[in-house]
Amino acid sequence: MLKRSFVKLSAALLLGATAFASHAIDITGAGASFPFPIYAKWAADYKAASGNAVNYQSIGSGGGVQQITAKTVDFGASDDPMSGEQLDKIGLMQFPAVIGGTVAVVNIDGVTSGKLKLTGPVLADIYLGKVKNWNDPAIQSMNADIKLPAAPIIVVHRSDGSGTTFGWTNYLTKVSADWKEKVGEGKAVKWPVGQGGKGNEGVAAYVKQLKNSIGYVEFAYAKQNSLAWTQLTNKEGKMVQPELKSFAAAAANAKWDSAPGMGVVLTDQPGADSWPVTSATFILMHKDQAKPENGKAAVAFFEWAFSKGADSAAAMDYVPLPTAVTDQIRANWKANLTTGGKPLLN
Amino acid sequence: MKKAQYSWHDAAFGGLTRVFAFLVFFLLAAILFSLIYASQETLAKYGLSFLWTNEWDPVQAEFGALVPIMGTLLTSVIALVIAIPVSFGIAIFLTELAPGWLKRPIGTAIEMLAAIPSIIYGMWGLFVFVPFFQQYVQPSLISALSPIPVIGWMFSGAPFGIGIFTAGLILAIMVIPFIAAVMRDVFELVPALLKESAYGLGSSTWEVMWKVVLPFTRSGVIGGVMLGLGRALGETMAVTFVIGNAFRMPGSIFDPGNSIASALANEFNEAAGLQKSALIELGLILFLITTIVLALAKMMLLRMEKAEGTKT
Repeated sequence: MLKRSFVKLSAALLLGATAFASHAIDITGAGASFPFPIYAKWAADYKAASGNAVNYQSIGSGGGVQQITAKTVDFGASDDPMSGEQLDKIGLMQFPAVIGGTVAVVNIDGVTSGKLKLTGPVLADIYLGKVKNWNDPAIQSMNADIKLPAAPIIVVHRSDGSGTTFGWTNYLTKVSADWKEKVGEGKAVKWPVGQGGKGNEGVAAYVKQLKNSIGYVEFAYAKQNSLAWTQLTNKEGKMVQPELKSFAAAAANAKWDSAPGMGVVLTDQPGADSWPVTSATFILMHKDQAKPENGKAAVAFFEWAFSKGADSAAAMDYVPLPTAVTDQIRANWKANLTTGGKPLLN
Repeated sequence: MKKAQYSWHDAAFGGLTRVFAFLVFFLLAAILFSLIYASQETLAKYGLSFLWTNEWDPVQAEFGALVPIMGTLLTSVIALVIAIPVSFGIAIFLTELAPGWLKRPIGTAIEMLAAIPSIIYGMWGLFVFVPFFQQYVQPSLISALSPIPVIGWMFSGAPFGIGIFTAGLILAIMVIPFIAAVMRDVFELVPALLKESAYGLGSSTWEVMWKVVLPFTRSGVIGGVMLGLGRALGETMAVTFVIGNAFRMPGSIFDPGNSIASALANEFNEAAGLQKSALIELGLILFLITTIVLALAKMMLLRMEKAEGTKT
């Protein structure tokens, strides 16, 4: 008698547990470390608001593309927009999620955030190894108010495949013919000098630890790690500070229809207030969703991020997408996402 | 009566152990085969020249393994050069010179050093050791050693903090517990009679260690060193943090470089096509390096034992 009721009780509990378990869908994403701070914030707030978990792994843009191609994650993230033919070949759709800025960070005694002034060509020469010391006239002439040390510049770059690197090298290619010829642009390039850190986190750690070093990180990392960022000259020749205002000014010029999958590159944009190394970061999802529940859950997360996550993005100095763009993205979702031949969203 | 009833136990046990033994062979062969299979692209494209080409250009898709191989060998050599004398000293101290009450704490401390996960060493290296090294130790080392005539170029360059030498040093710290523990264990196995006879004839402690204990424990000591070398060759995370991840030949031991394991850790995530094949071939090369090192150690021991007459 006791045994029978025990069996009934455990059967009931099991059924109840499975019913509970199927309620929350957990989705996974992987890719760029550039937007990782804001994606992590959105995921935490979304979990509090809806109970659904979003697990995002920051493994670099190259890793994101690999994982979504292999279908091991529900969405991939990359700062390096894919070409139309690549998207069609793998069967992916691409849309921007947020816009951020990449900044140069330095570790020099006495130099605080926003004090050091650099131009694009000088930055390219530093990364080419042509400008070797901090007190080189090329740098000192722009910074009469700072006594720069007579020390060699320790250059830090990325060691992994990175969309942040793509944005950085794309910018250097635009401002320096020497860089364009010798190195070029890409998620991973043949760096002439310097050492590599893994992820934005690795570069930030190196710059923080090594005296007289320079590196490039997404702005949120510079803030979070209390690193000293520099000013840069933009296309109009004006010296600008990296901040939400200058990132938004660069993004205001974006022509979102000009590239397949809305894959615009926002470096070196015109505008007196524009930050020269602004980048949009993109989400990649398969057009044909093999797991429709996960596809819908991913879309729901980004829908929430676009409508409710704008304030957290702005608080971390990422530029949220304007309404016109998010409306276009919603239309793209309806048009492109299918499951088993039928549209995913109705 | 009972014996006949349970005789199948013996057969089953024997069979099971035989299966486990062959499983090891099988796994080794499977790993080797899959490494060769997955690196076909670069094997076909470069052949043997992959080993000495100094090139790593993902944009142009040209790869060569010289820098990671040199980095792996250099860091391991530096690690052993530092670790062997230090471990030897620790083992001598623990067996001969330490007062009884000190032996247990130091022995435990060494074992705890061995138990620390390698990524902790990497983090400690990057966040504690590197800034200290870069600001205080490296500049004085560079200014003291680079003027030396013939070998000075090996110690020149800017104080990066991270680099081949730092990686070798962290590896030495990781490897010392293993070598010291093995050395201490084999030193304790030396018959007291042997040592006391030497002392009785008037030898100093140093002469006893060098001429009696070491020759007696030679194979154990070499075994311990090989164990440490094996760990140093394959160590990934600690080295990745502090080696600098630069695909250029280091001009001095203070320059950044790359090792096979750290190249794999950094780039494998997103490598595709030729780059992935190049990375897997790097893994195959590391596998072969470790095998060759072990084989050399075995051959060296065999030759020594033949010379002594204990083996034919």
